Amino acid sequence: MQIAFAILVALTLASAIAAVSLRNLVHCALCLALAFAGLAALYLQLGAQFVGFAQILVYVGAVAILVVFAILLTRGGESAPQPVISRSWVAGIAVAVLVFGVLTKAMLSSSLAHREPPPKPGPAVREIGNQLMTRYVLPLEAVGLLLTAATIGASIIAMQDAGRKQPDPQSVASKPANARLRRDAEEFETPTG
Amino acid sequence: MIPLYYYLMVSAVLFSVGLAGALTRRNAILVLIGVELMLNAANLNFIAFWRYSPNPEAITGMMFVIFSIAIAAAEAAVGLALIIAIYRHCKTTNLERMDSLKG
Amino acid sequence: MMGDFFKGLLVMIWRVMTDQPDPKAEFLSVFPGGLQPLVSAVLSVSPIILVFATLFALTTWLERKGLGRIQNRLGPNRVGPYGLFQPIADGLKMLTKEDIVPRSADKVVHFLAPIAFLVPTLLAYAVLPYGRNLVPVNFDAGILFFFAVGASTELSIFMAGWSSRNKYSLLGAMRAIAQMISYEIPLILSSVTVIMIAGSLSLVEIVEQQGGYQFGWLPGWFVFTPWGLAGFVIFLIASLAESNRSPFDIPEAESELIAGHLTEYSGFKYALFFLAEYLGMFAVSGLAATLFLGGWRAPSPFLEWVPSYVWFLSKLVSLVCLFIWIRGTVPRLRVDQLLNFAWKFMLPMSLLNLLAAAAWHFTATWNFIGAGPGRWLLCAAMIAVPYVLLGRALTGGKKWTRRTYRFAE
Repeated sequence: MQIAFAILVALTLASAIAAVSLRNLVHCALCLALAFAGLAALYLQLGAQFVGFAQILVYVGAVAILVVFAILLTRGGESAPQPVISRSWVAGIAVAVLVFGVLTKAMLSSSLAHREPPPKPGPAVREIGNQLMTRYVLPLEAVGLLLTAATIGASIIAMQDAGRKQPDPQSVASKPANARLRRDAEEFETPTG
Repeated sequence: MIPLYYYLMVSAVLFSVGLAGALTRRNAILVLIGVELMLNAANLNFIAFWRYSPNPEAITGMMFVIFSIAIAAAEAAVGLALIIAIYRHCKTTNLERMDSLKG
Repeated sequence: MMGDFFKGLLVMIWRVMTDQPDPKAEFLSVFPGGLQPLVSAVLSVSPIILVFATLFALTTWLERKGLGRIQNRLGPNRVGPYGLFQPIADGLKMLTKEDIVPRSADKVVHFLAPIAFLVPTLLAYAVLPYGRNLVPVNFDAGILFFFAVGASTELSIFMAGWSSRNKYSLLGAMRAIAQMISYEIPLILSSVTVIMIAGSLSLVEIVEQQGGYQFGWLPGWFVFTPWGLAGFVIFLIASLAESNRSPFDIPEAESELIAGHLTEYSGFKYALFFLAEYLGMFAVSGLAATLFLGGWRAPSPFLEWVPSYVWFLSKLVSLVCLFIWIRGTVPRLRVDQLLNFAWKFMLPMSLLNLLAAAAWHFTATWNFIGAGPGRWLLCAAMIAVPYVLLGRALTGGKKWTRRTYRFAE
């Protein structure tokens, strides 16, 4: 139990640190997917089956692929010519260390954090379904609306603008090679709707 | 048994790593990666507290995490769409170049 | 000690063959307590790997013979009686081929991609119930586990395509991922229908619910209901697309971008991809058999003496033969036709299937005269009428005329 926990934590933290510090963006995205998988394994160790599998399905199966597609569509796959760390990186690291210090101090000084776990709860999937339909039905519908809006919004934002200048068909067709091709194509044309 | 604060420490480290990544990298997508790590750290916190609570039959922690995963996915989709649209306009994802509103 | 070992082994084999519960208990008691979980895990996993690796070899032979016969030629028939040793010859060839990695390829990711494809595919076998008491792990959220590991394989396709530093590989990988993501939704929605009616995400529970016989001879499998039949068809089509098989094999057909994301792979790594793809096909056929065809259940009360794993394997193999038949018969779809089909046809049909299943469930309490056929008619109409209308709407505007030919002079 302890060994499994130690290995999972090492894997997750190593891939998280790699995900924010590697030079090559695609490697960062792949390490992020590994960090998600490590977290899913930690959820499974804590007994949250549904959440663990949903984490893999949503994060590794969808969000990681989204990140990878975005990296490719913004030419991040090519190597970065300029330094990858921003100019104010000292302040950033200092803030992160400060936040970590505050969290740790708050955690270790509270009596809650030293609890022992109660006996393992029973299977919860049926209970999740019940609660989603009775107590949490309003958040469920709201999340449905949110996902619909996000899908439509993301598709529209990322779509090409409608008024984009297409290559002028007349200027392309007037070239002699294209004229020959056009003549040949007309002979083969079958009438279709 | 693993005491609770081990999981909380892991969550704190993940959060700080995500925060450091979001604050120090130039590429917009890496900032988003940092934000996703922070969200996941918070989720881990919720699940750990749910498991170690004196009453795990009240699955409030798990429900919160389920909704959080859904919302994070939606946010990642919209954020990445925005980055793609901005790239199409500014031809760059370098955050330090996008300073046309700077005073 | 050795006597106990062999006695426990024989008892375990006998119990597995006759469908008795808890087959491993006596054999495990031979081992010390700390070692027992490990031995139990090895005992659960090794038959699966052995059986499905053998099935993979047999399927490559069957596919080549079957496709050959469909195309009016003999398949391989030189290497053994009826070409049965052809898989061995193929395996030897793959193992001894030179492993070429492009010089500018990303070596680590190129190496890890086949492994990242194979491991989640093998993980998916952990939740299928192979027999009455033969499920390796009975997760409470079994189906979700299956789909979660299925979704993880998409990232490995991207790794394969990107690490080759070949623009055609990348393009093929993007197409493959787009195809797999698009068809994941009808796949999951059609199984959500089964989950809704069965009331549980656990595969063992779903097979339990398909027991009983209607009219004394019709098994209570979900495929014999209108929503189950539609769901089964949707599931099969979506699983063809998920395993990148014809008619959805744009990503890896030889006439399309060479081999898509697999272009720069040769030798053993290609064999791993090939193996993982076929294993994925078997896993999803196994899931189809579990969800819709009653898993390990026998089709008639007179045949229940046949062991349950024989039924499961025969259903799985018949689905695989169906896939091979479809491969030999149907032409390949273009990538835009494929994506249109997924989003504009399969997705609405699977949502309507959900509605029809709900209607079936809530009309189960009808008991007036003609209620049985009435239910069937209502649910079938809820699926068939939109099918016809949607089909007309999507192919609308195309006038099909006689084809004209122009011959060489």
